[in-house]
Amino acid sequence: MTLNDVAELLDAEVLAGHDQLEMEVKTGFGADLMSDVLAFAKPGSLLLTGLTNPQVVRTADILDIAAIIMVRGKRPVPEAIQLAKEIKIPVLSTRLILFETIGRLYEKGMRGCIERVDNSFGRP
Amino acid sequence: MITVLDVHEKPIFESSYTVQGGNFDEAGKVASQIKVILKKLGLQTDVVRKAALVAYESEINIVSYARKGTINISITPQRVKIETIDEGHGIPDIELAMQEGYSTADAKIREMGFGAGMGLCNIKKFSDQFQITSEIGIGTHLKMIILIENGA
Repeated sequence: MTLNDVAELLDAEVLAGHDQLEMEVKTGFGADLMSDVLAFAKPGSLLLTGLTNPQVVRTADILDIAAIIMVRGKRPVPEAIQLAKEIKIPVLSTRLILFETIGRLYEKGMRGCIERVDNSFGRP
Repeated sequence: MITVLDVHEKPIFESSYTVQGGNFDEAGKVASQIKVILKKLGLQTDVVRKAALVAYESEINIVSYARKGTINISITPQRVKIETIDEGHGIPDIELAMQEGYSTADAKIREMGFGAGMGLCNIKKFSDQFQITSEIGIGTHLKMIILIENGA
């Protein structure tokens, strides 16, 4: 589906990237922990999160994340929107909770960028 | 101690960046710059991704835990080398610090979405070669190599 479809499905407000809404997205990753996003999210996926600071946008940039969806009605700090505009990453904000957001996307055919993680690293 | 492969070949790119500890607003800026450079050099997507990620987690570590630090990057046709040298408290127990889930992060770091004890694990996971040394009261030195298959 396109980002336009995503925005409509989630009744989301587009905060950055109005000119990139024709972009196709097929997979997503949801987390509030940026280190988990770095470890597991795949390029071209949607990032669903409740964090709103500029580090979310930096993390998305490093990973070539397609777009950021902020859930639970979270609004990013102005610096985060500014940064997203500079590096051209669309940011959408929905009032839906994470569970509902992902459920709606999954129902329309979107899938996780990975299904499960490998054996936890760093442990014996 | 892990032996780090370090082919002595003339770098096609070298640079050094200073990172201020505690400057959370700028955290990640250096890693973003490094990523742009790696892309411009035409390196494989996977190499760019791993190097940018390793640089980013290292930069977050300097901002979070050190007074200041330097990130050095050097690229040869065989590998990307990223080194971070910080001035800080140092790590008393490296084995413990390398354990997933172990963290000494404060609220400010956790608010950013970091500090869950995964940074060093991620750095090690995404590096082909990884070396860490630390001296109490002096600082921590990380050296990461990402190999470029079949040259750039």
